[in-house]
Amino acid sequence: MAGTNSADTDVHPSEAEGVAREPLVLNNRSMGWITDRICGIVENRQPFIWWVLFVPSVCLFLCLLFTLVYLVSTGVGVWGNNQPVAWGWAIVNFVFWIGIGHAGTLISAILFLTRQKWRTSVNRASEAMTLIAVMCAGIFPGFHVGRFWMVWFLAPVPNANAIWQNFKSPLLWDVFAVSTYFTVSVIFWYIGLIPDLATLRDRATKKLPKFLYGFFSLGWRGGNRHWRHYEMAYLLLAALSTPLVLSVHSVVSFDFATSIVPGWHTTIFPPYFVAGAIFGGFAMVLTLMLPVRKLYGLEDLITAKHIDNMAKIILLTGTIVGYAYIMELFISYYGANKFESDAFHLRILSGPYTWAYYCMFFCNVIAPQVFWFKWSRHNLWMVFIIVNFVNAGMWFERFVIIPTSIARDFLPGQWGYYSPSWVEKLMFLGTFGMFFMLFLLFIRFLPVIAASEVKGVLPESDPHYPEWKRLREKRRKSTSS
Amino acid sequence: MSTSSEKSSSLFGYVAEFASASDLYHAAEKVREEGFRRWDVHTPYPVHGMDHAMGLGKSWLSAVVLAGGATGTLTALLLQFFTQVSLYPTVVQSKPTNLFTIPAFFPVTFELTILLAAFATVFGLFVFIMLPRWNHPLFNSKLFSKFSDDGFIMVIEARDPKFKKEQTKDFLKEIGAGDIEEVAH
Repeated sequence: MAGTNSADTDVHPSEAEGVAREPLVLNNRSMGWITDRICGIVENRQPFIWWVLFVPSVCLFLCLLFTLVYLVSTGVGVWGNNQPVAWGWAIVNFVFWIGIGHAGTLISAILFLTRQKWRTSVNRASEAMTLIAVMCAGIFPGFHVGRFWMVWFLAPVPNANAIWQNFKSPLLWDVFAVSTYFTVSVIFWYIGLIPDLATLRDRATKKLPKFLYGFFSLGWRGGNRHWRHYEMAYLLLAALSTPLVLSVHSVVSFDFATSIVPGWHTTIFPPYFVAGAIFGGFAMVLTLMLPVRKLYGLEDLITAKHIDNMAKIILLTGTIVGYAYIMELFISYYGANKFESDAFHLRILSGPYTWAYYCMFFCNVIAPQVFWFKWSRHNLWMVFIIVNFVNAGMWFERFVIIPTSIARDFLPGQWGYYSPSWVEKLMFLGTFGMFFMLFLLFIRFLPVIAASEVKGVLPESDPHYPEWKRLREKRRKSTSS
Repeated sequence: MSTSSEKSSSLFGYVAEFASASDLYHAAEKVREEGFRRWDVHTPYPVHGMDHAMGLGKSWLSAVVLAGGATGTLTALLLQFFTQVSLYPTVVQSKPTNLFTIPAFFPVTFELTILLAAFATVFGLFVFIMLPRWNHPLFNSKLFSKFSDDGFIMVIEARDPKFKKEQTKDFLKEIGAGDIEEVAH
């Protein structure tokens, strides 16, 4: 490492032999500081802005409840979807929220298996975001079935008609995929929470918090005889979640790809949907974490390096999505399917929704290209603006795929135009209220950063740290002399 | 203190604090060499290599998870073949259901495999580490509660055959313990 000034910074000596890496926690923060800072968010009063965000979120959530009651009491006809566009905003919003719910498990599982230690600062919050997003997603198909109280017919249990579900249907695969994804994500999130809940239990002074955190931390004592099984459990859950997270959006894409509708019937859908989901999910993680980081003074834990890494993932996945858009167009041009080429002709040139296509293309493909430049990944306002383009763009992507394809079917006699009713619009806004309300409650009551995992990536948490340190001193002396 | 046999029978063990992960690691090696059985180290995060220092082997939780996953695969295949082929053959778009339609059953089989394997992981973990257990003698110790913040704690239990009230305390001091606390049942 001669010639650079990395010897002065506190990089882990084992890493200093190759390329100097930026520290994951800045300013040499101690374990005690990390505990105080993370638990302090839960223990202290919330800043005023928490209330400024919480109250409108609750109001929007109440709007959601109102629209749901109105929908059930009146009928699903209060939505604007009808033949030929039977899958309107409801399914667009379902796929949008499910997609957002992919970043959490990606960060916690895939980045864990690939030993990306920077994940520790952001995995807890993004897993919470995942769970909340999947809850928001579940509302839409649940009510889209028309008679919500019959939703239990989706489960493979004997019912009054003695008819079993069609296990060859992608819609049933979807039920299994999404419910498994939600359950496994809850398990993964909760297993990760246990050591931090124990920290909150040991710090709690009031009776009720002590009881509740004590109850949910299951009497965790942090013994190494426990940690070794715990670590194995975490590794196994990561290994199980990795194919799971890739399967969920693949199965969601099968809802479209296995149909014969032109514009849906393409084999590129599974990888394209998965890349898009990771893309949109990371954008939402950054949308939430940039303000949280600033508001609660977590800059030493969620550093510029974290934001830089996530921006790079957004750039990569956004470019994969762009490749998929262009490949779809190319195949429709190059292939011999007349309906396919007409569907894409209508999508990009002469159809009623071409404006949505160009919104999507700009937000998802053009806008993130800014992240090639380092200054943009380090300018927080720039990052915030771009990720919000991505949030909007990913919603447009689902809108482009769903209504534009079925509004222009095989026969011109089947053609129609779809626009949402006020109920659909209010309901979508309402799910944002639910999303932010639950996320704010998560910040209020649970540790927003996985403190026990962050402590584990500090240089001094390595039991061989003193030896490494001595070795580094020796090397520094020998290079300077 | 040591004269009272009453006291020593109600003693749960010693809680000893060490200054760093490194100190605890080397102390654990010595405790293992001394031949203690009922002891553990309590740390805010899993210390890398501590299993080796303590002489612990691989966790066989993976075997439980394999069994859970296999149960899931089997359940899903039985559920689908039984309901689709024998109970209620659904013919949609004139597509048959028989042994050869197994590709259509893959997604559900995969999801149930993952689901039951995940359940096996979490419940297997609870059985392996004997939690939930909401109360424990160690929670009586003020020193012990530092484990969840930044303390590196070692506990040697009184029921260990090698445990001797005075010698064990001296031994802990010898291997570098800072504060030592006696914990009662």
